Order: sequence, then structure tokens, then C-alpha cells
Amino acid sequence: MRHTISVTVENRFGVLSRVAGLFSGRGFNIESLCVGATVDPEVSRMTIVTRGDDRITEQVTKQLRKLVDVIKVADLTETSFVDREILLAKISATEKNKAEILRINEIFRGRIVDISPNTYTFEITGDEGKIDAFMKLIRPFGVKEIVRSGKIAVSREM
Amino acid sequence: MKMTGADMLVKSIKDEGVEIMFGYPGGVLLHFYDSLFNSGIKHVLTRHEQAAAHAADGYARATGRVGVCMATSGPGATNLVTGIATAQMDSVPLVAFTGQVPTNMIGGDAFQEADIIGITRPITKHSYLLQKADDIPRVVQEAFHLAGTGRPGPVVIDLPKDVLVEEGKYSFRENAEIRGYKPKLDGHPGQIKKVLSELKKSSRPVIYAGGGVVISEATEEIVAFAEKHQIPTTTTLLGLGGFPGNHPLHLGMLGMHGTYQANMTIHESDLILAIGARFDDRVTGNVEKFAPNARIVHIDIDPSAISKNIEVHVPVVGDVKRVMTVLNEMDKDAKTTHNAIRGKWLDRVNAWGKERPLTYDREGPTIKPQYVVEKLSELTPDDAIITTEVGQNQMWVAQFYRFNKPRTLLSSGGLGTMGYGFPAAMGAQFAYPDRLVVDVAGDGSIQMNIQELATVAQHNLPVKIVVLNNCFLGMVRQWQELFFQRRYSSTCLISNPDFVKVAEAFGVKGIRIENKVDVESGLAEAIEHPGPVLVDCMVDREEGVYPMVPAGAASSEMIFGPEKKEEKKLKAVK
Ligand SMILES: Cc1ncc(C[n+]2csc(CCOP(=O)(O)OP(=O)(O)O)c2C)c(N)n1
Repeated sequence: MRHTISVTVENRFGVLSRVAGLFSGRGFNIESLCVGATVDPEVSRMTIVTRGDDRITEQVTKQLRKLVDVIKVADLTETSFVDREILLAKISATEKNKAEILRINEIFRGRIVDISPNTYTFEITGDEGKIDAFMKLIRPFGVKEIVRSGKIAVSREM
Repeated sequence: MKMTGADMLVKSIKDEGVEIMFGYPGGVLLHFYDSLFNSGIKHVLTRHEQAAAHAADGYARATGRVGVCMATSGPGATNLVTGIATAQMDSVPLVAFTGQVPTNMIGGDAFQEADIIGITRPITKHSYLLQKADDIPRVVQEAFHLAGTGRPGPVVIDLPKDVLVEEGKYSFRENAEIRGYKPKLDGHPGQIKKVLSELKKSSRPVIYAGGGVVISEATEEIVAFAEKHQIPTTTTLLGLGGFPGNHPLHLGMLGMHGTYQANMTIHESDLILAIGARFDDRVTGNVEKFAPNARIVHIDIDPSAISKNIEVHVPVVGDVKRVMTVLNEMDKDAKTTHNAIRGKWLDRVNAWGKERPLTYDREGPTIKPQYVVEKLSELTPDDAIITTEVGQNQMWVAQFYRFNKPRTLLSSGGLGTMGYGFPAAMGAQFAYPDRLVVDVAGDGSIQMNIQELATVAQHNLPVKIVVLNNCFLGMVRQWQELFFQRRYSSTCLISNPDFVKVAEAFGVKGIRIENKVDVESGLAEAIEHPGPVLVDCMVDREEGVYPMVPAGAASSEMIFGPEKKEEKKLKAVK
């Protein structure tokens, strides 16, 4: 099963390598990992998506808690949460398919962030399902480059 | 007041109450060693950094205090790595200082640069790369706090040269609060209650006590609990001494080379009370077949140890001593369970003990290594500290030496580090100059840190080394005998040096024992000698360690030696 784990850590150098090393050293898999600042400049938040059965995930969270630089660990999968990803997609465009591409972008409420004579670069925000659906539709037109941010997530207030 | 980083470091180390450290200098540490000179802190120069780490480890295990070692940048630091990993695996409180190239040169492949923080990240509890002198007091305080509290472990502090040279302001904080570090010491009362209700339901309980019992100094509490409920108790290698070896409820060590009695008791039990232990694979054997009918209670300070290898039914996270104290308190007015059911169980347990006690050929003419260990056990007082190397020597000590007091056996359990025992013995001897400290060694292992004879000679440190010399890497040879048709590939040490002469060359007394009749007198002579001694004891070359649970087997499926192979897979007797 897939787990989305939110980890607040001290904003110090070396913390990322400790977290990443914990995963690699114990054979745990990371699907995506995002790090960013929080309101407190001394604290960063990592959102880690990992795959494993309950026992493995329990070990992952326990091992994360054991790291001295880790302040808090929450497995969001156990609660209700919102997650988002950003996709930047550079798509080849021709006179013929241009309209179609723009229409797909519009349906997905994407933004055009760059244009060149024969490419568009779109920015799509959404959960994983939305991003996957967009990729599926746009792929046949000729993808030049795609960058996905990995997931960030926050729990819902009850 | 402004001070140099080096002076601040010395002051910080002193503020932690450190009296002794083990280390080896080098270029980037010149300022530190200069500040250390005449500082009042005793510094022991080992002859290899690995030995400095093990000596600090031995000091820590013997005393319960944080051990301190130091090495210069690059090769000095990497030489500490085995010692740090050894401490990590056995939860030993250690602070290791390493020199580092100046901050502006880090990452440039400077002379003697090694990313020691990166290298040791998976084998430390935590680590610090110092950035400025002002941080020294805080970092040192935090490091000692981290190393010595919760589940103890090694902490590395990397010291760039410029940080030791620059000036900073010394500041001392009353406590080393760390936001992300709050070890849970008190067990949850509800969980502790559950332990008692599990025990009530059980008719065949057993206590499985590990190194955590020794670390948290909970011997008294556990003995009281075991006695009240008449629970047979087995210990791991690191737990030996944590429960008195001469106690009638003690079954000896369990696991791969554990006693028949301990392994059968675990296998047939319906309740295992695991206390400060971690279900290591050398203990459980095949986890699928481990104690098939037992409910499992696990008391441990480390939440990540719970259900890591074996699914636990009742976890209690907390310091073993505190949990056991509360447990005994809750249990105060309860009746003892020492009833007919328990009597029946103890009868079975005792029958296993009588059926297959630890044994060896006592009649033959050769010196059996077990005999040497048994004699050593007879000749040494209860407070003697015994260290071991790794291999057969270690297992024979675990089997045939009777440990009645905690912190009297120092042995590398988790990592199984050959070369640990001798420097660890030095650390223990520096801590307790008046106690007897003996390293029981193999002829292979002793050569891994034999240069330390120079250190004991320099300090006239009265450590005794007893080499069980079989001219083999015995434990590996035993596996080759059992599983590789006696093809002794790279395990024969027939070209060993003359250890007596080696000792003498270092200025250490050497004794050779070649005949069985001389074992007792030879050991006695070594013990009585006021200085260091190396005893080279020529033992039966192909003696094996038995019983043995082969890889993949259940703990009840022990073998008892090559000549008794037909008895393989001896099952429980009802
Ligand atoms: C540093 C290290 N290298 C290799 C091993 C693997 N090993 C385990 S036991 C052993 C043999 C030890 O031989 P010796 O010290 O002579 O002791 P004996 O088993 O004969 O008592 C070896 C090589 C180890 N545990 N540690």
C-alpha cells in the first residue's frame, strides 16, 4: 500500500541525507519526496510518498521518529488529507493540433507558462489522478519534456 | 571571555565530567592536543584508532558512563569506523571526536579529508559537523546527552581545524534540550497492567533478558519479579550478568549456541517476556519457527525495536528499570503464581537442564578450551571483568564462564568485531584499576589489535589476555567442518607468531600453557602477576562449540557435535 508521510524536521544541512539514507539503508522505497520551508524558518516539512505493507510503514515511521533532527512524523494516509502535485509539460505543437492541445489544457485548468514557435509549456496542478489523466491525453501529441514535482500534502481540519 | 575553539572543547569535555579519553593525534588536531596538555583530562594514546574506539567502548560498558575517543581527519577518522559501528550495534554510549580539514577546504579532496559524517551516518545515533567555535559547548553537551540517554549509542563530532583555532564565546546551558529527542522513559500503565494479565493466563512463561537490562541496571527488579512468579530466565550474550548466572531460575544463554535448556524452554513456552532484548537472528533462529505457541510481551526503550523481527502482542515502551519498578509495584499485593501449574512447568524446564547440560570431553589428554574457561571462572572473583574477542572463544566464555554480576562481560554481540576484546579490556581496566580484567581471545582475533601490547606496557596496565590458541580461525573452521566437508579454506593459522615472544618484545609477561596439568597454575600465575600478561594456551585444535542451532532451524532443532549427528533435530521430550 501507498503511504503519504508528513515529516517536520529541523532546517539544518544534512537532514535530507539522514532521511534519505534511512530509507536506502533499510531497503525502504521512496516514490517521491518534497522538502520546503514552513512558517517557522528553523523548521522544514518533508512530504514522503512510500510504498510498503503496514509493518514496513510502521518501521519507517518509527525509524524516522528516531532521527534526532526529526520533530514530528504523521502518516497522513491514516487520516483525511489533501495532496497536490505540479506538472510542467513541454509539448510539441503544430498548426494542426494546436487547438486540440489548448483545449485539453483548458479542461485541466492548466496555465501556459512558456511558448516557442513549436512548443507550449503547461503548468498543471492537481492530485495525482488529475496529473496522470492529463499526461495520458497529451502524450500522443508529442511530449518533449515533463517534470513532476512529487507530492505535497496537508491534513484536513475536521 | 573569548577562548579558542580548542580551549572551549577541552572545557566542554571537562564540564561533562570526562576523566579519560582514548585517541591518536594528527595534523588538524594539533591545537586541540596542545590545549589538552596539562588540562587534567587523562589521554591514553592507543596504537591504532580502532583500539581507541573499542577502549572507550569498554570503559563505557564497564562503567555505564559515556566513553570518549578521538582521531585525526581522514585515515584517523576512518580507522574509528569499526569501533563506532560496534558501539552502535550494542547500544554503547560513545562520543567520537574526529578532526576535519578547515571548513573552506571541505569538499575539495584536501589532504587527509574524508566525509566522516557521511561515512558514519548509518552507524551513529547522531552526528555533528561543527561550523563555528561558538557552537562547541552546545554541541558537546547535546552529544553527551544523546549518547548517554534513551537507547544509548555513538555520536560523532567532526571538528574542522579552523573551528579549533578561531576564538569564540563559551556558554553553558543548564540542560541540553533537543526538540526532536524525547526518549520515552515511563511505560504506559495500561500496557504494564496487560503484562500482568498475560502472566496470569500463562502456564509456561519465560523471561528473555537482553543487554537493555544491563544498560538500565534493572537486575534487582527483574530478579524480584522472576522470583516472585518463579519464572525461568534466559539471557542473550549481552544480557549475561544482567541476571545472576548462579541463580536457580537462570537457564544460561539462548540462541545459536545457547543451552539446550534455554532453547527448549523458549520453544515450548506460552509466554515470552522479552526485556531489553531485540529478537536478533542469532537468538531466534528461523523466525517462522520461533516459539510457535507463545504470546510475546516486549519491554524496550526503543519503539522501533518493537515488532521489528517478531510480531509482539503486548509492547511496553519505556526504560526497563522504570517499567519493572512499576510492574513490581502494581504486582505487590497480587498472589504469586507459584502454584501447581508453575511447578509442573519448572519440572519440565529442570528436566531439560539435566537432560543435556553444557558439556565437553573432560577426560581426554588435550586441553579443551572449555576447560580453560571453566578454570578461569573458578579462579576469578565475581567482580572480575571478562572481555572476549569473537568466534569460538566468545561462545565458550558465554557458555562456561559464570557471570553473576552485571557489566562483567564485555563482548561485541551485534557486530561481532574481532579485535574488540583486548582494547575493551584496556578501557575497563583504566576505569577500574583494582579489578581483575581478562580478555579471552582467539589466536586470530588477538592479532587484530595486538599492537595495544605497547599501550598496556606503557601504562603497566594489568590486563590479562588468555589466548585460546587453536591455530585456526576456529569458528569459521567449525562451519567448514560441518557444512563444507572440512575444506579449511583460508582458516588455518599454523604460521602464527610465537605469542609469548611477541608479548615479551613489547615488555609484557608471556606464559605458555601446553599441558592440561599446567592450565590452573598458569592461569593463577597470570592472575597474580601485578602487570599485564599474555597467556598463550595451546588448546585442542578442532574442538567445536555445541549445542548449535544451524541456520534456518528452529531453536529446538539443535545439533550437539559431529560425533552425535544421528541425534540431529532432537525434539522436545514431553
Ligand atoms: C573483523 C572480523 N573479521 C572477520 C570476522 C569473521 N569471523 C568470525 S569468527 C572468526 C574466527 C575467529 O578466529 P579466532 O579469533 O582464532 O577465534 P576462535 O574462533 O578460534 O576462538 C572470523 C574470521 C569477524 N567476526 N570479524
